[in-house]
Amino acid sequence: MTVTRDDLIDFIYAEARMLDEGRYDEWLDLWLPDGHYWMPLDWKQEDPLHVTSLLYEDMFMLKLRVERLNGARTFSQKPKSRCHHVIQRPFVDEMDEAAGRFVTNTNMHYVETRLDEQFLLALTATHELKLVDGRLRIANKRVDLLNCDAAFGNIQLLP
Amino acid sequence: MARYTDNPAAVAALVRGREVHRDVYIDPEVYRLEMKHLFANTWVFVGHDSQTPNKGDYFTTQIGDQPVIMVRHTDNEIKVLYNRCPHKGTKIAIDRTGNTGKFFRCPYHAWSFKTDGCLLAIPLKKGYEGTGLEQSEGAKGMKAVGAVHNYRGFVFARLAEDGISFDEFFGDALSSLDNMVDRSPAGRLEVAGPPLRYMHQCNWKMLVENQTDTCHPMVAHESSAGTAVQIWKELGYSEDDPKPPAMEIIAPFMSPYEFFENMGIRTWPNGHGHTGVHHSIHSNYSAIPGYFEKMCEAYGEEKAKAILDENRHNTVYFPNIMIKGPIQQLRVFIPLAADKTLVESYIYRLVDAPDELTARTAMYNRMINAPTSIVGHDDLEMYERAQEGLLADGMEWVNIQRLYEEDEDFDEERVENGTTERQMRNQFNAWVKFMTASMTEKEAAE
Repeated sequence: MTVTRDDLIDFIYAEARMLDEGRYDEWLDLWLPDGHYWMPLDWKQEDPLHVTSLLYEDMFMLKLRVERLNGARTFSQKPKSRCHHVIQRPFVDEMDEAAGRFVTNTNMHYVETRLDEQFLLALTATHELKLVDGRLRIANKRVDLLNCDAAFGNIQLLP
Repeated sequence: MARYTDNPAAVAALVRGREVHRDVYIDPEVYRLEMKHLFANTWVFVGHDSQTPNKGDYFTTQIGDQPVIMVRHTDNEIKVLYNRCPHKGTKIAIDRTGNTGKFFRCPYHAWSFKTDGCLLAIPLKKGYEGTGLEQSEGAKGMKAVGAVHNYRGFVFARLAEDGISFDEFFGDALSSLDNMVDRSPAGRLEVAGPPLRYMHQCNWKMLVENQTDTCHPMVAHESSAGTAVQIWKELGYSEDDPKPPAMEIIAPFMSPYEFFENMGIRTWPNGHGHTGVHHSIHSNYSAIPGYFEKMCEAYGEEKAKAILDENRHNTVYFPNIMIKGPIQQLRVFIPLAADKTLVESYIYRLVDAPDELTARTAMYNRMINAPTSIVGHDDLEMYERAQEGLLADGMEWVNIQRLYEEDEDFDEERVENGTTERQMRNQFNAWVKFMTASMTEKEAAE
């Protein structure tokens, strides 16, 4: 299978839609087992490990995060939050077809709501994608919030 | 109508042993009095001196509602100044950290001040000739807080000019800070990156009380810690299998009541106290290769073991910080309003210790205390529900009587069952003491 720029862009849009619609099993299935979802705390942060991040989650933690959302005693999700991504057409920054490795850069607005509260985050998502067994998968995802160093209330779902 | 201002008896009556009146959490007047009295009379955490390593380095923060600058002066000492130009009131520094060189220069009219606050120069000074400038407050320069103490890198300040000394205020409670710093083979900590900043729509004291509330983890955090344990089992592992760091951190939150009862709580005078006297949720972390050897080199084996065997859980330093010695974390609960609190969670690197320790500390911070944390989410939910629930009329008192005893004396150090709410009562005892210490009674009203 050859991967086109449109395939990459469609993939990014499809992922955002899965998150908006809460199709988390499908979403987890997009990931390669060694992947990390990284949301830095600091602007242009380089080290995910030895300073604090907002998120730096492996598949175990992502699975836990997603399963928790449906728990009977998940009090902060009674009632449940909803989210909404508005994404700009992704840039394809790297396209190494021989290695099956691709990097996209996507600006988006993320809205999350629960009860009477609603907030907006502006962010840039960087996806490292790999072609494995004919399927595009997420190898790593980095989400840089425009106001990463601001004080936030609960951010409960995933940008 | 003011009910509590200049009325120490009314303030003291908000606390009555087994319970406290809801006004301590919801009343804006009580909040303003806390800022004026409690946060002025106590020693409040400002920052860590590694945040300002070089001369002229500064860090802006607040003590209660007072904007302050912590700065390293030309003599290498840490100064804490009010962040206000004595001229027109402009904040001198607005960025969170920076280096100002040898002096501060106000961006409005270029009045300049040495880094100990002394007035250095005023442009076009002849305009003040013969006007009596030297008698004005402005000519004194930037005002310093009442007193500053740097304890092993941790900088505390008392806003009031006079009051309790640092040593008397903290006493033996400093043993928790000692243990955190001693865990570095060099006996030194360095701040590791910026803090998490988490906004809470609730009173700051709810957060402080929660630090020694050992009856909530297995209930409020069942959704995160309980689900983690469940997933772990579904993956085919048993409880005794070696766990990855994330599981080591989160699984102990589901420990049974008995675990928390046996861990013990110690209280010290002036509102300080800690959970985890005998063991804690931090006791069973895997050893990091090379660390113990470094500690033995630095301290000798016996002392190294003693330092590392002390696994205190949460130590509350009244009024508004908590530290975790075994993972080098400090959380500061910054009051912004009666119903609004900013929580900043810092982590520190143990100088000369392996980086893996810092990695575990950073993981703990983001997993448990971030605005994106699945553990933090349920805590915040509880605080905010309480803040709203307290508005319910007809029930005006909040219960803090678990394992209450008659005639509790908070001036003595005590070790009790780990599920006692004695530390909450200890905090409120200190709250009354430092709220009313500088309060004068109103002249008899006509």
